[in-house]
Amino acid sequence: MTPAIAVSHLVRTYNGLTAVDDLSLEIPAGELFGFLGPNGAGKTTTINILCTLLAPDSGSAHVAGFDCLAQSREVRRAIGIIFQDPSLDERLTAWENLEFHGMIYHLPKLLRRQRMEEVLRLVALWERRHDIVKTFSGGMKRRLEVARGLMHEPRVLFLDEPTIGLDPQTRCRIWEAIERIRSERRTTLFMTTHSMEEATRCDRVAILDHGKLLVLDRPQALIARQGARNLEEVFLNLTGRGLRDEAASENEMLRTRVRRLKRWR
Amino acid sequence: MTNFLDFSALGMIWKRDLIRLSRDRAQIAGSLARPILWLVILGLGMGSSVSGFGSGRYVEYLFPGIIALNLLFASFLSAISIIWDREFGFLKEMLVAPIPRASIALGKAASGATVSTLQGCLVLLFIPVVGVSVSWARVALALPFMFLIAFAMTSLGLLVAARMTSFEGFGTIANFVIMPMFFVSGAVFPLDRAPRWLSILSKVNPMTYAVEGLRGLMRGGVSWGFLLDLTVLALFALLAVRLAVWAFSRRM
Ligand SMILES: Nc1ncnc2c1ncn2[C@@H]1O[C@H](COP(=O)(O)OP(=O)(O)OP(=O)(O)O)[C@@H](O)[C@H]1O
Ligand SMILES: [Mg+2]
Repeated sequence: MTPAIAVSHLVRTYNGLTAVDDLSLEIPAGELFGFLGPNGAGKTTTINILCTLLAPDSGSAHVAGFDCLAQSREVRRAIGIIFQDPSLDERLTAWENLEFHGMIYHLPKLLRRQRMEEVLRLVALWERRHDIVKTFSGGMKRRLEVARGLMHEPRVLFLDEPTIGLDPQTRCRIWEAIERIRSERRTTLFMTTHSMEEATRCDRVAILDHGKLLVLDRPQALIARQGARNLEEVFLNLTGRGLRDEAASENEMLRTRVRRLKRWR
Repeated sequence: MTNFLDFSALGMIWKRDLIRLSRDRAQIAGSLARPILWLVILGLGMGSSVSGFGSGRYVEYLFPGIIALNLLFASFLSAISIIWDREFGFLKEMLVAPIPRASIALGKAASGATVSTLQGCLVLLFIPVVGVSVSWARVALALPFMFLIAFAMTSLGLLVAARMTSFEGFGTIANFVIMPMFFVSGAVFPLDRAPRWLSILSKVNPMTYAVEGLRGLMRGGVSWGFLLDLTVLALFALLAVRLAVWAFSRRM
């Protein structure tokens, strides 16, 4: 079976800075995949390439069997995404934002209305649906973004830090929705998160740093292999305790990490 | 070019921009204020000092030019919305959707043209105020032509805005485009006695045909001269929208 996502030797630079560095991975259909890494590791950049928003410098990326460069239309037909950064029209109402989404994803009217109500109730914005988005709180805006991403039912869904800025209640609801999508529709879910608790719920996780893939395995396997208490410890061991872009000497950090990796293997 | 026109997406993009305009009082106020400014300053101020138009006649000469000016400004302003959409992230929502890039560009051109035509129509409210003698039948005849002007200029604006990331950059370029196009179009003063280079410039300026066409329609109805203006402008509109679609279809 063709993998839902296949990335091979992917490279992307931003004027000299290598954001994604020779990344290769394969994700089978139906998997809940956690894409982890410190700030600036290259997660969003990778997602942008997979979503056809960005062209790689070299290497290849396939989603749902289609080439992200040469068959971008086909890829876009197969995917959905919850962006990390705001992407709502704040001058429209919540309802109008979802209506727009439904129209450009060609949901027939009845289904569209039904899905709109479903997702609005899911994130508890049904009562506020006719309010202009600008008047929403930050968390409410985020909830609407997530709701919009769950509206149409793609084969591959990208979730770039979906639960960031959300209260525990909403986070619970969204995880319930994620589990439901997975069991009912076998949607492939590609998610980034900084919550190691959430990451532990994934089938497999990859840890990325400075654009390079450090490890890729089931969370429990990673924890066991390193004799760590939890995924957070694994993450810190691999990526170091220094803050990103504090990197006084990036090479130095890279060297220590390579040493650590060697020791670990 | 399969599915070049995705009507549900195109219609939705169009509708969204109209909803946004209806909620934007400042933009509506601006398009009312602009013609007042130009009509008063130019029409009354300059009208009294230039000869060759006869008293009061200058406003008649100027009026179609002011309509064209409002169309031109409004068109470029509505093209800014694409930069706005990029800045606030909404463009991503459109770019990852399974719709052809062309229909994003065409939807934007259609909405921009509609919004601008509406703003051009606001100028028509001044007809009784400044005492321009024109029948409402001719004004009605001018409406589709106004839409064509707006469509052409919005497409030109979109072409400029397609790959821009800053408002300031667009503003600078827009000024460089709008002002010469306006002044070298015969909107404010006739160019038949202008130096040769200026009159050549005016001949390649699409706004010349826009202003001439409007003036022809409002003063004399459909004539051979008007058909020439219409043809030139229509060809320019086609070229501009084609280029705008092309600019959008490249990766971004
Ligand atoms: N448009 C851009 N122009 C220049 N550099 C960029 C751009 N986008 C990202 N980068 C750089 O690429 C690197 C990777 O960024 P990316 O957004 O992919 O990180 P991330 O893993 O998503 O981080 P975060 O957890 O903070 O979201 C960073 O060093 C960032 O500064
Ligand atoms: Mg990111």
